[in-house]
Amino acid sequence: MLDADFFRRWMTVTAASVDREAERLTALDSPIGDADHGSNLQRGFTAVTAALEKEAPDTPGAILILAGRQLISTVGGASGPLYGTLLRRTGKALGDAAEVDRAQLADALRAGVDAVMTLGGAAPGDKTMIDALVPAVDALGESFGAARNAAEHGALATIPLQARKGRASYLGERSIGHQDPGATSSALLIAGLAEAADE
Amino acid sequence: MKILMNVPETVVADALRGMAAAHPELTVDVENRVIVRRDAPVEGKVALVSGGGSGHEPLHGGFVGPGMLSAACPGEVFTSPVPDQMVRAAAAVDSGAGVLFVVKNYTGDVLNFDMAAELAEDEGIQIAKVLVNDDVAVTDSLYTAGRRGTGATLFVEKIAGAAADEGQPLERVEAIARQVNEVSRSFGVALSACTTPAKGSPTFDLPPGELELGIGIHGEPGRERRAMMTSREIADFAVNAVLEDLSPRNPVLVLVNGMGATPLLELYGFNAEVQRVLAERGVAVARTLVGNYVTSLDMAGASVTLCQVDEELLRLWDAPVRTPGLRWGM
Repeated sequence: MLDADFFRRWMTVTAASVDREAERLTALDSPIGDADHGSNLQRGFTAVTAALEKEAPDTPGAILILAGRQLISTVGGASGPLYGTLLRRTGKALGDAAEVDRAQLADALRAGVDAVMTLGGAAPGDKTMIDALVPAVDALGESFGAARNAAEHGALATIPLQARKGRASYLGERSIGHQDPGATSSALLIAGLAEAADE
Repeated sequence: MKILMNVPETVVADALRGMAAAHPELTVDVENRVIVRRDAPVEGKVALVSGGGSGHEPLHGGFVGPGMLSAACPGEVFTSPVPDQMVRAAAAVDSGAGVLFVVKNYTGDVLNFDMAAELAEDEGIQIAKVLVNDDVAVTDSLYTAGRRGTGATLFVEKIAGAAADEGQPLERVEAIARQVNEVSRSFGVALSACTTPAKGSPTFDLPPGELELGIGIHGEPGRERRAMMTSREIADFAVNAVLEDLSPRNPVLVLVNGMGATPLLELYGFNAEVQRVLAERGVAVARTLVGNYVTSLDMAGASVTLCQVDEELLRLWDAPVRTPGLRWGM
């Protein structure tokens, strides 16, 4: 079963990997965006870990709702509302249970991803974070490792796609050949789940 | 690339502290990142709030003051501000007559202002929104995030701001803002990429001897790259691109806007060519504004915005304005 400690760990290890990978995320955001994805998420997840320490929410749902709110209040851009909504809706779907199993988490995360698609209007294949998240949620029923692999594969699979949403879409065909930064950071978030489960 | 700064993390806060020192007529909340005209809320009048990523100065903070914006929310460089800033700004300027959010059409700005509108309405503030999307370089709106908001933002903020200043009600101010957007179109070119403080190197690689046509204002490359053109050729290309989409029957306001690193000498020369094309195409010019107003950090290049005006819009354009970035008649 996955308890509050697991979800806190998920956020902490994700914050650490965003820190480590910030420069790479920003570099990916340079040819098809505006070169700030890494620094924006870094600011957001730093605020998330600080808030979790300060407010110490004690259920999985409350942890993700607080994390989502922090991202909305600190990240800005499109990533703030999108990542914030992902975590908030996932947290809301978890309710106030003290522990959840992997299948319940997969269902909740699916609700979160659906909310992101509604908010941003993106569908699979538009070269966005959705391209990593949808396969990850599909694979989460199997195992955390399968979800991580599916997300990483989904992020890589954005390379040949032409962007239809977000700032990269203005480039038209010139967005082809670049890995989407949002899909890449989404894969980090899912990898964080697997890492939290391993510990 | 050398940048006049301390560290990238504080460029926005540092600029706000400097703005506060230079403009005592504004209330600059550095911590919460909200710039408000000092006399707000103005009794009985609709308030205008805008905002967006930093790096486009004087937009939006430099357009706060009587006759234009009531408040502005600067985000990180090229990053939309967060809903908390917008709600705070709306609460600071609302006199009870309502608040118009002026939103440039970028995914981040739209999402954050939408969230803010919901939160502000929960606090009992009446909110209307106008989306600015004037950039004709984005041709395929179905498969993109849609046309970007660029130079027309200045026209919307000035003209709707004047309507609010006259005491017109929220529905009317909103309708005027919407009308200005609908009759405005822009096209921009870059002679060089820009350098964000966080990255420290140009956002895209533009070799000497080439230019980008159809750029946005966030250092994103344009839709097409060509061998460098003359001012005359660029004016033909840009104005014709705008006129493909706008067939003015009335006179137009012309904004020849520098992207940040193009000297006024070049901008005025470019304006001469823009006016030539307009004359050739039979478009009457009511007013012209030349300068750096909607910029993209240190990008070299320019954009052309045309706004077709009837008598009322022209009267509102001519109305007095007193902001750091735009000032006449008072």
